[in-house]
Amino acid sequence: MEMITRNLKGIYTIWYRDLMRFLRDRARIIASLAQPLLFLFIFGQGLSPAISSLGGGNLNFTQFMFPGILAMTVLFTSIFSAVSIVWDREFGFLKEVMVAPVSRVAVAIGKIAGGSTIAIFQGLIIMILVPVLGIPLTFVQLVVLVGIMFLLAIVMSSLGILIAARQKTMEGFQMIMQFMVLPMFFLSGAFFPLNGVPIWMTWLSRFDPVTYGVDPLRQVALRESVSQQVLSALSIHPIAFDLMIMAVMGLIFLIPAVWLFSKQD
Amino acid sequence: MESIKVSKLLRKYGSFTAVKGIDFDVNEGEIFGFLGPNGAGKSTTISMLCTLLRPTSGDAVVNGYDIVTQPNEVRQSIGVIFQDPSLDERLTGRENLDFHAMIYNVPRKDYEERVDELLEMVELKEKAKDLVKTYSGGMRRRLEIARGLIHHPKVLFLDEPTIGLDPQTRNLIWEYLLRLREQKDVTMFMTTHYMDEAEHCDRIAVIDHGEIIALDTPDGLKNMMGGDIVTIKTSDNKAAAQKLENYKPIEMRIGPDGQLIVEVKHGDQFIPQMMNIMADTGNPIEVQSVNLSRPTLDDVFMKLTGRQIREEEANAAERMRSMSRSRGRR
Repeated sequence: MEMITRNLKGIYTIWYRDLMRFLRDRARIIASLAQPLLFLFIFGQGLSPAISSLGGGNLNFTQFMFPGILAMTVLFTSIFSAVSIVWDREFGFLKEVMVAPVSRVAVAIGKIAGGSTIAIFQGLIIMILVPVLGIPLTFVQLVVLVGIMFLLAIVMSSLGILIAARQKTMEGFQMIMQFMVLPMFFLSGAFFPLNGVPIWMTWLSRFDPVTYGVDPLRQVALRESVSQQVLSALSIHPIAFDLMIMAVMGLIFLIPAVWLFSKQD
Repeated sequence: MESIKVSKLLRKYGSFTAVKGIDFDVNEGEIFGFLGPNGAGKSTTISMLCTLLRPTSGDAVVNGYDIVTQPNEVRQSIGVIFQDPSLDERLTGRENLDFHAMIYNVPRKDYEERVDELLEMVELKEKAKDLVKTYSGGMRRRLEIARGLIHHPKVLFLDEPTIGLDPQTRNLIWEYLLRLREQKDVTMFMTTHYMDEAEHCDRIAVIDHGEIIALDTPDGLKNMMGGDIVTIKTSDNKAAAQKLENYKPIEMRIGPDGQLIVEVKHGDQFIPQMMNIMADTGNPIEVQSVNLSRPTLDDVFMKLTGRQIREEEANAAERMRSMSRSRGRR
């Protein structure tokens, strides 16, 4: 029983520190908002006139992109959170955590909790743009969107920890960012509908966890904006299916991540 | 009562055996030192005892808990001060301590007081609210020592506690540590390659190439050398030598400049007696100069290994380390 309290406290402590560091880092908060805003308003508005046939001409490209941008925020924040493990390893703080009487599992869970919380936080800030973009959303929809983002955050944080568990350097991690994270983002349907893309892309996107986050986010976010017909044309799987796949993928990442992290040298 | 019992502790990295099956005990309340050059196996040993590294074979019991089967209990009962920096620069000094208290499950009402007490002890109270990024190397070290003590550990592990610090700070740190020993009844296990630091230990294990080649008190080790060397210049060295025959020194000879070189057990006690012998009215001899040279641990190490531990010696790894350390420590 004491072990459980201690580990819960450990999870809380790790979560708390990550949150504190995030909230203190104004520069990072602003910078991480800049990216989605850039995409939405420059990229989105720029491409809008060119992509006028979306949804039978009823859907603004920026509106189409919005759920993808939510997913992007979650994706990048979650992975970045896991980077903090590599950072701590390189700058020495990880030793302090490793030598403490807290199980590695608790540390990994604390990191995932921290990363997910920060991702949601950032996602919520982006949600402020909803009225600006003219996307009608009910409160219930908002809550559901947050729920989906949270699940996606857990999945991506777990993936991040899996990568970070044995990474010794920041450079190595950056490489992985380029070769994994960006493709995951592009293939997820955030930018363009996946219906009708070449076969190879369809297949790749099936293995991309972010796809299963963007799809339900889009279906929920645009429910009031477009007709059911248009929405179906843009959707890939039923929401329940998406959520289930995310849960499964989350476990596939989480279990080895924690195991790798726990392996004592 | 032993705080630490080590039995045939062995660690291999691939085909390289860093620690070759060592045995030793550390008594409660003592300052125990591991003295040896870089690469001797000191850090590996301490990592194993702190449960950061699993031994390839062998055993150790720390505060009654087995390092392999009861790592969490070991961790709760020890404090560790690492060789390389381990603070979070982007938190304040106090926050670093709070974090430690929380993760070691110290109840809030206890730890606030404790953190204040320790900040006071290491004289960092005024800087407690500043980010660690602004601290100097010595201040960071002091903070790390304070941090290691928050949860009342029974054993404090210090891996090269004053490496990379200037002499003044080193002295300060040792003042704290010695004060600590008096007040707190904490056992300290320390690794070092500094001879003068090893002098503070109650007992020292000399380690080289993964093996303990000697284990004794600092004086005990120095006695291995035979004795102190007293060099005397008198008006008549030959007569002086004869007078001293009765004293039965370990060795006596005339040096290259005609000086009398006497090796005795306790040079500091020998000198006044020698002065009396020389002044004896039957045949007084004028003593012109006396020089006392005691064997140092450097000499001990040289005798045991045929090599010197040279503080200035820096192989590539050590140089890089001190570079990155100074990056981290301002």
